[in-house]
Amino acid sequence: MENQIPVIGRSQPRFDAKAKVSGTERYAADYYPPGMLWGAVKYSDHAHARLKKVDTSGAKEVPGVVAVLTCEDVAGANRVGIPPRPDQPVLADEKVRHRGDPVALVLAESKEALAAALDLISIDYEVLPAVFDSQEALMPGAPLVHSENENNILHKGKILKGSAKEALKECAAVVEATFRLPRQEHAYLETEAGVAWVEEDGTLVMIVSTQTPHRDRMEVAHALGLPPGRVRIMAPYLGGGFGGKDGISVQCFLGLGALHSGGRPVKIWNSREDSFLSSTKRHPATVTIKLGCGADGALQALCCRLFLDTGAYASLGGPVLTLALEHAGGVYRIPHVDIEGYCVYTNNPVSGAFRGFGATQALAALEQAVDMLAVKAGLDPLVFRLKNALRRGEESACGPLRTYSTGIASCLKTIMDHPLWLEVRSWEKDAPPFKRRGVGVAAVLQGVGYGPVVPDYANAKIELLEDGRIRVYSGVTDMGQGNASTYLQIAGDILSQRFGDMEAVQPDTARTLPSGSSSASRTTFTYGNALIKAAGLLRERILQRASLMLMGAAYTELALLPGRVRHIPSGRDLPLGLIASMLDSSEKVCVYSYVAPVARDIAGIDENFRNMGYPHLIFSYGAHLARIEIDEITGEVTVKSYLACTDAGRVLNPQAYEQQVHGGIVQSLGYTLFEDFQVQKGEILTTGLATYILPTAVDVPDLLSIAVQEEEENGPYGMKGLGEVCANATFPAVANAAARAAGRRIFEGPLTAERILEVLAEEHKGE
Amino acid sequence: MKIHFRLNGSDIAIETDPCRRVVDILREDLGLTGTKESCGSGECGACTILVDGESRLSCLMVAGQISGRKITTIEGLVSQGEMHPVQKAFVDHGAVQCGFCTPGMVLAAVDLLRRNPHPGRQEIRRGLSGNICRCTGYQKIVDAVEAASRDTGDKE
Ligand code: FES
Ligand code: FES
Repeated sequence: MENQIPVIGRSQPRFDAKAKVSGTERYAADYYPPGMLWGAVKYSDHAHARLKKVDTSGAKEVPGVVAVLTCEDVAGANRVGIPPRPDQPVLADEKVRHRGDPVALVLAESKEALAAALDLISIDYEVLPAVFDSQEALMPGAPLVHSENENNILHKGKILKGSAKEALKECAAVVEATFRLPRQEHAYLETEAGVAWVEEDGTLVMIVSTQTPHRDRMEVAHALGLPPGRVRIMAPYLGGGFGGKDGISVQCFLGLGALHSGGRPVKIWNSREDSFLSSTKRHPATVTIKLGCGADGALQALCCRLFLDTGAYASLGGPVLTLALEHAGGVYRIPHVDIEGYCVYTNNPVSGAFRGFGATQALAALEQAVDMLAVKAGLDPLVFRLKNALRRGEESACGPLRTYSTGIASCLKTIMDHPLWLEVRSWEKDAPPFKRRGVGVAAVLQGVGYGPVVPDYANAKIELLEDGRIRVYSGVTDMGQGNASTYLQIAGDILSQRFGDMEAVQPDTARTLPSGSSSASRTTFTYGNALIKAAGLLRERILQRASLMLMGAAYTELALLPGRVRHIPSGRDLPLGLIASMLDSSEKVCVYSYVAPVARDIAGIDENFRNMGYPHLIFSYGAHLARIEIDEITGEVTVKSYLACTDAGRVLNPQAYEQQVHGGIVQSLGYTLFEDFQVQKGEILTTGLATYILPTAVDVPDLLSIAVQEEEENGPYGMKGLGEVCANATFPAVANAAARAAGRRIFEGPLTAERILEVLAEEHKGE
Repeated sequence: MKIHFRLNGSDIAIETDPCRRVVDILREDLGLTGTKESCGSGECGACTILVDGESRLSCLMVAGQISGRKITTIEGLVSQGEMHPVQKAFVDHGAVQCGFCTPGMVLAAVDLLRRNPHPGRQEIRRGLSGNICRCTGYQKIVDAVEAASRDTGDKE
């Protein structure tokens, strides 16, 4: 593989795999700088309380303890978060608002000293009334999570079109249901980790596991009172992210620690328990849907009410709600919609970005309602979906036109023609004794990029090195999805260089250029577009200089080959290293800034709603089918076969594409069946992987993935974002299959064995 | 206390507290950070190493337990710059994404193939069910182990 010029569209092993599989890749967690101190955080003992006194004197006396820091040691704003609501303290000052609120930071020589000191910090609280349910938090008189606010609403939004309430009355069939979706923990294998130190010139440097190094730099500087130019952040390959490392986790602790360590480096690596306690989660959601269609099966009206529990701080709750509402109308044409939602503060763990970003919850609800309506109207669920599915050029449920590639109909047709669907009735009938079988489908989408207001840009940078090799400076974190490898694939394709002749620099605010976050299904789309142009510029420059070196040979006589330029008529080769030596250092680097196109719709859209990311212009689509079996005795659900059809545009590397699809499905299968992050009255009951059940290799069948390759004209090589759309259909497809198998639907996730047994028991009661 | 053991083919002796966790000895004292830690309590398999050829969780072992034993970490699987067939198969078959589970997963697979050189897909899934991967959905890991078992089979 290292000896080949990458080919776009052909499967190839990832460039980063070798170092990872050999154990030589260094993640943030793998740095142990000489002379380092360990840091760890003392978290709140209450979900909501006023801090009266934090006594660190006992902790400070523990041998080996170097510092015990509180909010008084934070020189800056002591707040992190995204504008307009950077509301999260680095270390709690006036109040604690959830159990994962940090109160003090300890630095010590050893982990043992650290643990002893954490135990000796004594905090005097005045416990306050708390609120743990998003709808209760909206009631008048509910305790205020942030006392300076008028109520607990972080963000609300509305999408109105036509007159849904009246239209519902005219419908031939209407269903109504309320769905509850659980809190999900990212559970990346590498818990939050990093090291930091202060350079002689006063620059704070950190190597940290983050999806957002460039944004973190601004946040760390603001919170700790440093000029942004004095903060440097490096993000090596991440041991998983999925949205959970979108923003500040340990960065400010690392920075604060390094500023108070007496010049020594500081390392923090969260235990799994601290990670579960303090990290953001997927928003728990309550979604009520009323959906109606005409006698012809055409969808007519949708009413949707959506409540997200955003926990104690804003994090990305506003944009998550916005995307939930935007995706609540699904892949359909619906003339009348009335969608409204609230993202609400509670004293629960903080919810934030998680693969799918709100769309997952909205679609889990909608796609179940669509199935219920198909049953009620007596229509085949797939035919029903296809009949109502958006085509390019049509008006979406929310209003904006779908002006670019819209491949949902192709996805649905692919399922319709597949043996897994064609033979479904006989397969269901052949259930073995004490088993029940069911098949379910779901159709989903995901907006690509940030939406209309936050500039969705990337700055690609590429360099011809002295030795003739090519270096790509990746501005966007690779959290495991393989974008760095794809960048080399793109550069190699344009410059005709082999993987072995190229290298990628991972994000580093001192070396790579700001290119936004690794998120929002934008990572390859946005940076890839910038890189195509930057690599093209470098190609041009190399050929131009080669031409001069060959006495003005025409470009048509030159071929760029691995490591050299060939002059075809003479057969003479100019090594790239030689060409590099003829270039000034300013000429060896090419940069290009790309800004993604955004939706221009403004009519009737609230400005605040637009600011939070509504609407999107380009969407990826997917339709999934799940065949499941329920064990009548144990209530266990087993997925027997699974088919995912995806429209994420053209495929650059089929192997990497399948990686995303498989991973998205299985992560969401956990969400559907087992993952239940339990929080009771603010207390975290799920403290580790013993009680938070993740899917293992035996819990999944072999998955089938078919790419419906409709070209997206804006995407690099015609691709669109993939990482999220593949995670949105599993919950509803499996829930629809389970409802068929059980004969009754479960309205609360996850679909645990207990819940399945409960609905099966109801059936016997009915008999 | 002085502990002698064989690490990736070389005999070594270290001075350590007999209760020190093996994962800490490897990562912090010996700089072998290929062995990962993800839960610290025996539930994820990220810290898997081979002890006398059998897969063990280094977060649950203490120094005393490796005295006199043969330890292989992921770094020791590469010999003279050549990856082990299982490592190669992981690369070729796309079994690596973020890679944080990978060292443990590879060593678990090596042990699985030692016990059962030609496992079926279901046996591979069962054999690796103690190792959690949050990225891949496992399928390409199963593909890789299957391919590695074919390749080693050819050589036999
Ligand atoms: S770290 Fe040892 S099993 Fe998870
Ligand atoms: S590759 Fe990321 S956890 Fe397995």
